Amino acid sequence: MEGDIAELGKYIGVGLTAIGMGGAAMGVGNVAGNFLSGALRNPSAAASQTATLFIGMAFAEALGIFSFLVALLLMFAV
Amino acid sequence: MATEAAHGAEEGSSLVFHPMDQFIVKPLFGGTEVHWYTITNVTLWMGITVLAILALMVLATSGAKRIPSRGQSIAEMAYGFVYKMIEDVTGKDAVKFFPYVFTLFMFIVFSNLLGLLPMSFTPTSHFAVTIVLALVVFLTVTIVGFALHGAQFLGLFWVSSAPAAVRPLLALIEVISYFVRPVSHSIRLAGNMMAGHAVIKVFAGFAAIAAVSPVAIIAIVGMYGLEILVGFIQAYVFTILTCVYLKDALHPAH
Repeated sequence: MEGDIAELGKYIGVGLTAIGMGGAAMGVGNVAGNFLSGALRNPSAAASQTATLFIGMAFAEALGIFSFLVALLLMFAV
Repeated sequence: MATEAAHGAEEGSSLVFHPMDQFIVKPLFGGTEVHWYTITNVTLWMGITVLAILALMVLATSGAKRIPSRGQSIAEMAYGFVYKMIEDVTGKDAVKFFPYVFTLFMFIVFSNLLGLLPMSFTPTSHFAVTIVLALVVFLTVTIVGFALHGAQFLGLFWVSSAPAAVRPLLALIEVISYFVRPVSHSIRLAGNMMAGHAVIKVFAGFAAIAAVSPVAIIAIVGMYGLEILVGFIQAYVFTILTCVYLKDALHPAH
């Protein structure tokens, strides 16, 4: 066992950023699920909305990527 | 960041190699210092990307026939795909931005997919590369918006359909979200590329351990397939967001 308490806190923080992944998962799943339920109700309108689907997914996913970024900053920059 | 990643590997982590080692920018012709004019592996792979695009778009379509060859049909599909995207999302009057948007799309998709070759390097996995792409989009949108609409472009921030009481608050939020655009635009692409490649390398590290190597190799194959999809979807998302932002510049009315 070596290292100090700051190192310990750093690694705990890096582990905690994995929670952000769960949030992104809920967001992307919500977008895809709602798209699918809407698309099954009105299949003829679905094709015109796939661009909106990907934009919504990208916005939801970006916040998960931000938590990954925080983990990288803690690991390599702090 | 990259040098510290190499340092972390020396400190005796349990993996054979560090998953972040693949993102180190190294000069190609000796030396260790990186200046703005140094030819690095990033320069090399950006060059390969541009040459690959040229090969597809110039060589494959040079002897264009009515019945297209494989290369010609891929080039035509890419052209039609981006053309339809900008026409649908931004509008017919935005077709004058097509060369710019098509260049962005081809550069990102080729660099993402070429980066999946073993031992290669992905320029788009670096924030320094993607932030430049995103800032150029941001400046284009701002300049075009003010050039076409003058002070009316500021109406983008004033949501006239909302109740009057909440409009100042909404304006504040809109201004913040406008200036965060290049940050999220660039970090989305670089973060996705970096995370995917790091995951593949982590599984590759596990493949060296005999007990779990069959599982790890299957996982690498699965992740690799997913990465091909992600590389394409991220290029698509970057391009379509460019189209959405250009729409704000051309039609700022809320």
